[in-house]
Amino acid sequence: MKRLLKGGRVVDPANGIDGVHDLLIDGDRIAAIGRNLPVDGADVVEIPQGCVVCPGFIDMHVHLREPGQEHKETVASGTAAAVAGGFTAVACMPNTTPINDDANVTAYILARAAEAGLARVYPIGAVSRGSKGELLADIAELKQAGCVAITDDGHPVATALLLRRAMEYAGMFGMPVIEHCEDPSLKGDGVAHEGFHAARLGLRGMPGACEALGVERGILLSELTGSAFHVAHMSARASLRAVRKGKEAGVRVTCEVTPHHFTLTDESLASPIPYDTNVKMNPPLRETADRDAMFAGIADGSIDAIATDHAPHHYDEKNVEFDCAPFGIVGLETAVALSLDRLVHAGIIRLQRLVELLSVNPARILGVPGGSLSVGVPADITILAPDLRVTIEAQKLRSRSKNTPFDGWELRGGVAATIVGGRNVFVNPDTPIVGAT
Amino acid sequence: MSAPVITHVDETPAVTSLRRKDLLGIADLAPDEIALILDTAEAMKEVGSRPIKKVPALRGKTVVNLFYEPSTRTRTSFEIAEKRLSADTLNIAIASSSVVKGETLADTALNLEAMQPDMIVLRHSSSGACHLLSRICRSGIINAGDGMHEHPTQALLDAFTIRARKKRLAGLKVAIIGDLLHSRVLRSNILLLTKMGADVWVCGPPTLIPTDVMRFGVRATSAVDEAVADADVIMLLRIQLERMEGAFFPSLREYFNVFGMTEARLRRAKPDVILMHPGPMNRGVEIASEVADGPYSVILDQVANGVAVRMAVLYLLAGGVEHETAA
Repeated sequence: MKRLLKGGRVVDPANGIDGVHDLLIDGDRIAAIGRNLPVDGADVVEIPQGCVVCPGFIDMHVHLREPGQEHKETVASGTAAAVAGGFTAVACMPNTTPINDDANVTAYILARAAEAGLARVYPIGAVSRGSKGELLADIAELKQAGCVAITDDGHPVATALLLRRAMEYAGMFGMPVIEHCEDPSLKGDGVAHEGFHAARLGLRGMPGACEALGVERGILLSELTGSAFHVAHMSARASLRAVRKGKEAGVRVTCEVTPHHFTLTDESLASPIPYDTNVKMNPPLRETADRDAMFAGIADGSIDAIATDHAPHHYDEKNVEFDCAPFGIVGLETAVALSLDRLVHAGIIRLQRLVELLSVNPARILGVPGGSLSVGVPADITILAPDLRVTIEAQKLRSRSKNTPFDGWELRGGVAATIVGGRNVFVNPDTPIVGAT
Repeated sequence: MSAPVITHVDETPAVTSLRRKDLLGIADLAPDEIALILDTAEAMKEVGSRPIKKVPALRGKTVVNLFYEPSTRTRTSFEIAEKRLSADTLNIAIASSSVVKGETLADTALNLEAMQPDMIVLRHSSSGACHLLSRICRSGIINAGDGMHEHPTQALLDAFTIRARKKRLAGLKVAIIGDLLHSRVLRSNILLLTKMGADVWVCGPPTLIPTDVMRFGVRATSAVDEAVADADVIMLLRIQLERMEGAFFPSLREYFNVFGMTEARLRRAKPDVILMHPGPMNRGVEIASEVADGPYSVILDQVANGVAVRMAVLYLLAGGVEHETAA
């Protein structure tokens, strides 16, 4: 079956394309791209003016919670949220129950993903068995089962020695080590960014230096081992400074930032809802200078990717005292709107750069397919409606959990449709894409 | 009813009721509301000096004292205040409640709420616990201390005590010395005192000073002599033994040597300085015994005034003057 996406603006930075092009999909692959392609028996999908055809977005940091925490999220509900948010693929973190430190767990996740048939799922394996920071997990077996990277996310790798060994060993397969950067002793029992707002509200703080120490450690070990090191959910300006210096020195370091860290600051601890547990995440929302540094890093290319750190938690788990609530918020269904509104429409970056952050670079860092609309690659396509006015409604999210601080937010920018392997896995009823059903 | 503009906050207040159902913190109160509470407390203090120490103001009202942390002083003070106002009171302490069975604060609140109390007085170890309760409950919530956040009735009774001695708050130099970082008493006091125009200095080792404390509008120093110099009021905060384990300071002995309030240090303050402590005191740590028991100390006045101030808060939140005129 052939389908011709006709008349949309195509933004494909990997191929240097930004302009009105037609895109021909043959089965599950991209068959041709060009101006005024002949219909030649294909079903025609008219892309409305203003919509933008991009290589599929890849969220390289999500928690799908399955197996073991299905009350928060499942692979099916999480991938439904992903495609509704414009992501054709997600990379899922290993801190499930049991931990994804075993090829059987990886296979289970992939089987559930195939059953759901929505977004592609790239499991990320644990660095250490049980993520306990003692013995290495069976990394070759994880790789063979389908893992694309390793991490002990939720915590940093326990010791510098183990992180070094993990980098050396995973380097054999070209797998990056993704690190939740944090010095545990400096974090202590902190629940919020150490700044004026936490001080005022009497919340125990963790400073930006706590994260930056972990970033510095990883960069030094990446330099030592020559292996790729990726900084997860970077939030502090000191961390960004370390990444820039590392990159200048030729170290193989990359980093991601979440939409909440470039949108919110620690002022959200106090208002509009004081002690809202939906602004409790780790790393915490930082102060304005950190948030502004993230904007600068996004604009100048120091920051490689936008990832959501989608962390679903059940309502009951969040409806407790701030100290007791788990860290994290959902992000899959709000990331594109926040990115378009806060980065593109705010004039910080252009659309091409956004596509690099959400598609090209995540594919490159993880070494997975995608990131381009080249002829012959799987037809994973995100169609944006950059000017669509959207209102975020927590209760309408596809995710099984509704823990978002963006409930009620009105933003400019949405997703028109998401195509995975040539199939429409999401079509937004608010955007009139003719023939897209 | 819109309150007229208040220009001299120390004068007779122009408001006659609080504009809220809860007292979650001093942060929410306007200066005229603070003045109203303090003035109302004057009248309440008079009730305590009568042979029959009881007025019917809260007759038929139910007040629950929900205490998740051990407290003798504050809980007793609230209970006496409630009884003097003729409220029906109920004490729930953590050990005797279903919390030990793992019930969440939200569920406990909903269960209590189902029994329709008029007010809940909450003491809890987590900052923001009262805000959580306030979002769930229709009952008025009074914060009796939440984590490291606020302890508003303590700050109000401190202000009442200062005003009784100094006849004003504006322009006084108040030095607050001790564990600032972990203290809800500090936060409520600096909010209240700066709102009322006092010149507030905070002092402690840098390890125990909250981030950006100057943004509260106070001056911070680790030089105790500088903080004490010409002070009208010195307020000491409790140093907890377990802070040594967090490496906040090396030893209690060293803390006393560097920051402890002694006769010699006190001499740098104004001759009529008053010395306060929210209790419980560590004699020989933050305060020398002879100072605690000396002529400058108003520590027991604070305890006595606590009852009157809490009566005022309960009375005003329950409807106050407005409620009476409507009836």
